[in-house]
Amino acid sequence: MSGATAAAGGPVPRKKSKVGSLERQQRISIRSSYAALSIFVVIFLVPPFYMVMTALKSSAEISAQQGNPWIVQSPTMENFIQLATDASFQRYFINSVWVTAMVVIISMAIAILAAFSLSRMGFKGAQVLSTGVFLTYLVPPSLLFIPLFQIVGTLGLINNTWVLVLLFPTLAVPFCTWIMIGYFNSIPKELDEAALIDGATYPQILVKIFIPVALPGIIAATIFAFTVAWGGFLYPLAYLYSADQATLTVGIVRELIKGDVFAWGMIMAACVMAAAPPIIVYTFLMDYYVAGLTAGATKG
Amino acid sequence: MANVSIRKVVKSYEGDVQAVKGIDLEIEDHEFVVLVGPSGCGKSTTLRMIAGLEEITAGEIWIGGDVVNDVPPRDRDIAMVFQNYALYPHMSVFDNMAFGLKLRKFPKDEIKRLVDDAAKMLDIQMLLDRKPKALSGGQRQRVAMGRAIVRNPKVFLFDEPLSNLDAKLRVQMRTEIKKVHQLVPTTTVYVTHDQIEAMTLADRVVVMNHGVIEQVGAPQELYHNPQTRFVAGFIGSPAMNFLPVQVVDDSGLKVQLADGTKMAIPPERVDRYGPYKGKKMTLGIRPEHMTETHESEKPGVQLMNAKVDVVEPMGMETLVHHFVDGVAVCSRVDPNTKCRPGEILPLAIDMNNMHLVEDSSSRVV
Repeated sequence: MSGATAAAGGPVPRKKSKVGSLERQQRISIRSSYAALSIFVVIFLVPPFYMVMTALKSSAEISAQQGNPWIVQSPTMENFIQLATDASFQRYFINSVWVTAMVVIISMAIAILAAFSLSRMGFKGAQVLSTGVFLTYLVPPSLLFIPLFQIVGTLGLINNTWVLVLLFPTLAVPFCTWIMIGYFNSIPKELDEAALIDGATYPQILVKIFIPVALPGIIAATIFAFTVAWGGFLYPLAYLYSADQATLTVGIVRELIKGDVFAWGMIMAACVMAAAPPIIVYTFLMDYYVAGLTAGATKG
Repeated sequence: MANVSIRKVVKSYEGDVQAVKGIDLEIEDHEFVVLVGPSGCGKSTTLRMIAGLEEITAGEIWIGGDVVNDVPPRDRDIAMVFQNYALYPHMSVFDNMAFGLKLRKFPKDEIKRLVDDAAKMLDIQMLLDRKPKALSGGQRQRVAMGRAIVRNPKVFLFDEPLSNLDAKLRVQMRTEIKKVHQLVPTTTVYVTHDQIEAMTLADRVVVMNHGVIEQVGAPQELYHNPQTRFVAGFIGSPAMNFLPVQVVDDSGLKVQLADGTKMAIPPERVDRYGPYKGKKMTLGIRPEHMTETHESEKPGVQLMNAKVDVVEPMGMETLVHHFVDGVAVCSRVDPNTKCRPGEILPLAIDMNNMHLVEDSSSRVV
């Protein structure tokens, strides 16, 4: 009997050890992932953390030599209140909101129409054109701003926020179109054929079928266009020189850095306030953003 | 409701690839026609040309007395059911079915009545508020059919609608499609590669191969009187057996296998096959006409011994695979017949149901 028990009990631990080794491998890979990701998280989160900490300090505390610079001794909202009540800062904020809204609307309208026609209309050269659209995205904006200066100067748009409404879409549209082409391509062709047979025209197919079905892709592209317009620095710096036309990114630098005097507390508070809208947008729409970027990557 | 007429229709793609090579087909009002054939035979292209989803290279398509070559799909008054259902994923079942009616500006109460009627017919009333992702494959296919029925179109087009379903559901849906056609006898063109679907559903079956129509006929006619070797081999499962033979005159007209075995041709067929005396031909015989021997055989039955290779019991019948004259053949025998691989099975070949194919033209003579 004992022999039978031993024989029956024999294979069990071996089985366990097999499963155990798989679990151990999984455990090791999960821990390694956490370790690697933690490094990235620290690298990426230290600057914003320092930004928030500094924004909550008074000017005296910032310039004080003693104490730990990473910790706030006596937190204050003074910097935020001062900025929020500052007319110039309000103007920059309004300018940024206006430019961003216009850029998002224009870029998305162009990108959706372009992507729909490139993905579905099947005209000659559509493939070459879609590759061309993407290639234009690869031209660095810093190479373009001097020739563009000539163009917008001729159009009389220098020092006018309309210049950004005209130029930012040139940066946003190619990538947005590319995202949308990927998403539209992942929609089965039978869906538009079914709609055609049901009696829909191409504009109706776009509005009633494609836009609702491709909503995650549209949100992803919208976030991208938003980021381009909200965070753009070079073009506002180059083309807008008066305070009433400046956007947040250049306004902060011009208003809060006077020669070699840096109002660090206010600069950081302004950065926190400027960063808040994108952070809010990303936080709520992150899932759509990922879904939109990866659409069409796999079959089905 | 309308008849559909396909006249000398050609479809060519770039690079001179002809998918459809000048086919003619008349589909009567209320008729259920199934286009069947192997992959790449041009059946789906033909259906898509009727739908207006593919341009016609040459020829004419008529629906209800009008040439529709240049008419867009939405104005052809047709409805189509797709293989992958093609339901609008963001709409409820009700909205999916109502979509075409809304685009055609039907009044709201009329839309509701029509959708409810169609849903009742297909037994999907309880699903009207659900989104397609919350439905099973069979339910989705029903909704796709509902979307087609609700508009009461002139012609229904089905593009392999059951291919995505499992075997059991496919049989069930097949019956439902037939039932729906009995209730709403709209002219129907149905594409499938499954010959059982074709046989069970169709009033007439159109067998296509390499872009041409091989034969058009009622299912039974195609089965019993195939006109080409392709149709003879394609229709029927397991497929017809083909054996190379020579027609000889040896005290009566006979077919002779390469190994010298001779089988008498029934007297009523002698006149038909007489002109082929001396020619090499192909004998076609269906598995159910190559069965186990019985105590008394009817006239025209030839006996032969075959060494069993593989036995496949199917329940209601047993399939026995063996070799005749070096060619693999299949017999359909009574499930109670005892035979094992390697054993010799005496076979009765019913020559009354033989087919003789002329090798040069591949036509059944």
